[in-house]
Amino acid sequence: MAAPLLRCSGPGRRWALTWIDGGSCHGRGSPTGPTSSWRKRQSSVAQQLLHSAHKPRKGEHKWAAVVGLEIHAQISSNSKLFSGSQVCFAAPPNSLVSFFDASLPGTLPVLNRRCVEAAVMTGLALNCRINKKSLFDRKHYFYADLPAGYQITQQRLPIAADGNLTYGVYVGKRQSQLASRMVRIKQIQLEQDSGKSLHDDLRSQTLIDLNRAGVGLLEVVLEPDLSCGEEAAMAVRELQLILQALGTSQAIMAEGQLRVDANISVHHPGEPLGIRTEVKNLNSIRFLARAIDYEIQRQISELENGGEILNETRSFDCKLGCTVPMRDKEGKQDYRFMPEPNLPPLVLYDTTSLPPEGADPRQVIDIDQIRAMLPELPSVTRQRLVQQYRMRPEHSFTLLNEVGLLEFFQNVMKETRAEPKMVTGWILNTLLGYLKRQNLAVWESPVTPSALAELLNLLDSKAISSSAAKQVFEELWKGEGKGAAQIVAEQQLELMQDQEALEQLCHATMEGHPQVVMDMKKGNPRAINKLIGLVRKATLNRADPTVIKKIVEKLSP
Amino acid sequence: MLGWTLREVSAALKQGQITPTELCQKCLSLIRKTKFLNAYITVSEEVALKQAEESEKRYKEGQSLGDLDGIPISVKDNFSTSGIETTCASNMLKGYIPPYNATVVQKLLDQGAVLMGKTNLDEFAMGSGSTDGIFGPVKNPWSFSRQYREKRQQTPCGENKDSNWLITGGSSGGSAAAVAAFTCFAALGSDTGGSTRNPAAHCGLVGFKPSYGLVSRHGLIPLVNSMDVPGILTRCVDDTAIVLDVLAGHDPKDSTTVQDPVKPLMPSSLTDVSKLCIGIPKEYLVPELSSEVRSVWSKAADLFESEGAKVIEVSLPHTCYSIVCYHVLCTAEVASNMARFDGLEYGHRCDTNVSTEAMYATTRREGFNDVVRGRILSGNFFLLKENYENYFIKAQKVRRLIANDFVNVFNSGVDVLLTPTTLSEAVPYLEFIKEDNRTRSAQDDIFTQAVNMAGLPAVNIPVALSHQGLPVGLQFIGPAFCDKQVLTVAKWFEKQVQFPVIQLELMEDHSSVLNNEKLPSVSL
Repeated sequence: MAAPLLRCSGPGRRWALTWIDGGSCHGRGSPTGPTSSWRKRQSSVAQQLLHSAHKPRKGEHKWAAVVGLEIHAQISSNSKLFSGSQVCFAAPPNSLVSFFDASLPGTLPVLNRRCVEAAVMTGLALNCRINKKSLFDRKHYFYADLPAGYQITQQRLPIAADGNLTYGVYVGKRQSQLASRMVRIKQIQLEQDSGKSLHDDLRSQTLIDLNRAGVGLLEVVLEPDLSCGEEAAMAVRELQLILQALGTSQAIMAEGQLRVDANISVHHPGEPLGIRTEVKNLNSIRFLARAIDYEIQRQISELENGGEILNETRSFDCKLGCTVPMRDKEGKQDYRFMPEPNLPPLVLYDTTSLPPEGADPRQVIDIDQIRAMLPELPSVTRQRLVQQYRMRPEHSFTLLNEVGLLEFFQNVMKETRAEPKMVTGWILNTLLGYLKRQNLAVWESPVTPSALAELLNLLDSKAISSSAAKQVFEELWKGEGKGAAQIVAEQQLELMQDQEALEQLCHATMEGHPQVVMDMKKGNPRAINKLIGLVRKATLNRADPTVIKKIVEKLSP
Repeated sequence: MLGWTLREVSAALKQGQITPTELCQKCLSLIRKTKFLNAYITVSEEVALKQAEESEKRYKEGQSLGDLDGIPISVKDNFSTSGIETTCASNMLKGYIPPYNATVVQKLLDQGAVLMGKTNLDEFAMGSGSTDGIFGPVKNPWSFSRQYREKRQQTPCGENKDSNWLITGGSSGGSAAAVAAFTCFAALGSDTGGSTRNPAAHCGLVGFKPSYGLVSRHGLIPLVNSMDVPGILTRCVDDTAIVLDVLAGHDPKDSTTVQDPVKPLMPSSLTDVSKLCIGIPKEYLVPELSSEVRSVWSKAADLFESEGAKVIEVSLPHTCYSIVCYHVLCTAEVASNMARFDGLEYGHRCDTNVSTEAMYATTRREGFNDVVRGRILSGNFFLLKENYENYFIKAQKVRRLIANDFVNVFNSGVDVLLTPTTLSEAVPYLEFIKEDNRTRSAQDDIFTQAVNMAGLPAVNIPVALSHQGLPVGLQFIGPAFCDKQVLTVAKWFEKQVQFPVIQLELMEDHSSVLNNEKLPSVSL
């Protein structure tokens, strides 16, 4: 069975490791060269640059890239971080704006409990130390979609720190083996999202939508432990899965609920780190990987051609496939951080530090209580799948990577006697293939888990052949409400169990094709296959080819 | 009747001696007559009459809401008032009509109080004279009092009388003038470094600064969030307590307010002060202190001692660092708080539209006066990465030392501190403007702003008239959240000193506004 590749986003796409540092990132895992298949997948500009970039020659210094990420995840919450405004994607512009969100003078922030709980839960899931006391700060800059002129964030003392995230990357010649990697998490902080600016160049106007202003964000800061686009992509994908499993963020990148900024530099291993650039606002995992790999190559080329890297902010042009300096982020920003005077320190409790007597229970957040509520994390789910169903680890990744696919799998398993391996194969190859071709989400699948289970039961009991099963699946996909058994019956797809009738059919076929029989007798190995095919055609694919083969061999002396 | 205390007029309303509408009309009429004081920026006549009418209905139905029902009050123009322009005396907010009420305003309205209008101030409350707002300076009603005029006639003086009016102090000078001129029975001020107590001292009023966190700041347009508190200006301690009782308590919209339920704050009537320990901080005896204030202060200490209280000299050793520390913290927060005024969402916006940045710059230059812009500039300087440690962090540390000074004194057994409120009585405007705003603020806040740094309750009590016939006030400071204790001592003291009522003469006819009032004349 050809395993589908680990998908990050969009059908048929994946990322390989860059060749820098002698292949695999930081020399971990087995070396991987710049495979031609990978190059083919790159878009034009990136591809050209990568082609022109040279493999390290013998004796030449190798380059190593150092990549750190800052990930902003919108907290899944009914209301904003410091105001009661509703949070809803794609609501009419400026329809979800409280007086506080519009920074009317005299308004004050009131911390949303749900956002704090989400931050604690995320911190726990990422093995962080939860700070029982954390502080809020103001970060100042003038921008039209930042009404107060500052963002409330946690710069000095964040709610969680010192965690780590384990993720998998594909290694090996065919990129088919999984290797486990870990990235350290520096901190997780709570902060406000900004509004949105829409620039109308035609009328030279800027339109401001404050619906997003003040939505709670978790900023997850990763240590610069990554070394290429693929690692970054896989780490972000794993984080995305964790956030979704926790329910702390929907983390849909296309809706801006998960945004990534990447800090990138290159240096020669053993030498001091290079000057870094920041690539901002990467809003798909695909672009993230491409932007990072592009930027690494750009920096290497720049340095090898005697240029220098500027400490600047760049954005990724997804049409051109390259990073470009951001004009409005030119010059050094001094954010003039200051403690937020309107919010007292955020104090959390655990079983060892009970809240003061008579404290309002609505004001008390118990870390241990949240810990007890942690759901199964993706890594544990995958382990469970591997153990329970003897699934290959990469299959467990795919099952989790597609939203709803694991649930689909488990529902099928409940209703079928078929082997897990067969179920996995059908789901990962057939179902997922159909879904991708039509760009459908799992929940949109016209084939329900029950329908697939019914089909697999027929296959498992050898009532139909696997090619007939494919036909049935095709029918099921049409979504006409017919069950597998009904389709089999209507189209007479069940395997012919009548040995005598089959023998007669074989006999008739052989008589009708004397030349083929002759070839077979001469020892042409293709001839028997042709005969089997002819018989199967005559049975409308309802016969088991192995049975036909036996009969044909018996009939030809 | 306008000279009565809030409690007295409340009783009169309940007994039907006067209706809320009549009372409101009387106040409106006096507001018109005293317009030259420039106490009000906006007179909300229509709203006031409507509120009075509703109050009247309640009284008729015997369903009055309490002591404040039908009582005319005024609010400093840096508190948001729904549907009523709120300017902060700045071009930046000229024409800005908030869509919501500050919590303190709402609480007063919920008790049936009648809002007469919004009072004048220094722009964004930055000042100590009520002279630096776009609507012009506030004139101290005592400039037009019989007491002051009589004394002035005794001392030869060739200056033009009319141009020699006195400042109210600030920045809540409009509120102080409004109460002192009998146009309302209580007014809200705000107090960041003394802005309620200072004008109270100059206008002969009780000016109370509650403990930080006791009263909600929601809707108060901030100067320094970590020091701002709504203040109360009335003509006697009991009136302040009535208002405070309504305002105090947790506000879900202000996370810095106390969580615990607040006990009633009405001061008890002390008959015996022998168990009291009054602290006299020696650092407050500064060379700049006028001899008259000094003498009033020392007589007050003697009074306590003679009535059996323990009066001891105490030390607040870090007092001298207070002003410079305040300057750093205040300007830093100002720089931050003022960042929102960019001309986009509300308030003034310039005509420049070359770029967003150009629009910001011009809007802010046109919208803010020099004082505000100067503070924004200093504050941003202190917050720069390379300066933060040397200025902001150090100032925060000094702030802690100053707060600890008070804690140590109160832990040593002192119940309240007795200090001057101001260096001298009110000075003439022409005198006042000889110095710039920054110098004036630094001088005038000297006895008051350390209290804001420490978040303590403090009150100005008018004590006596100076030789010039102008009010001199003293300040009581208590431990955090001992607001009732401060008011209790203040009430006892108030009763002892019997501060005289202002005999306000209007410009045209020199007739006293309250000619039928009996005037006590006891002074220390």
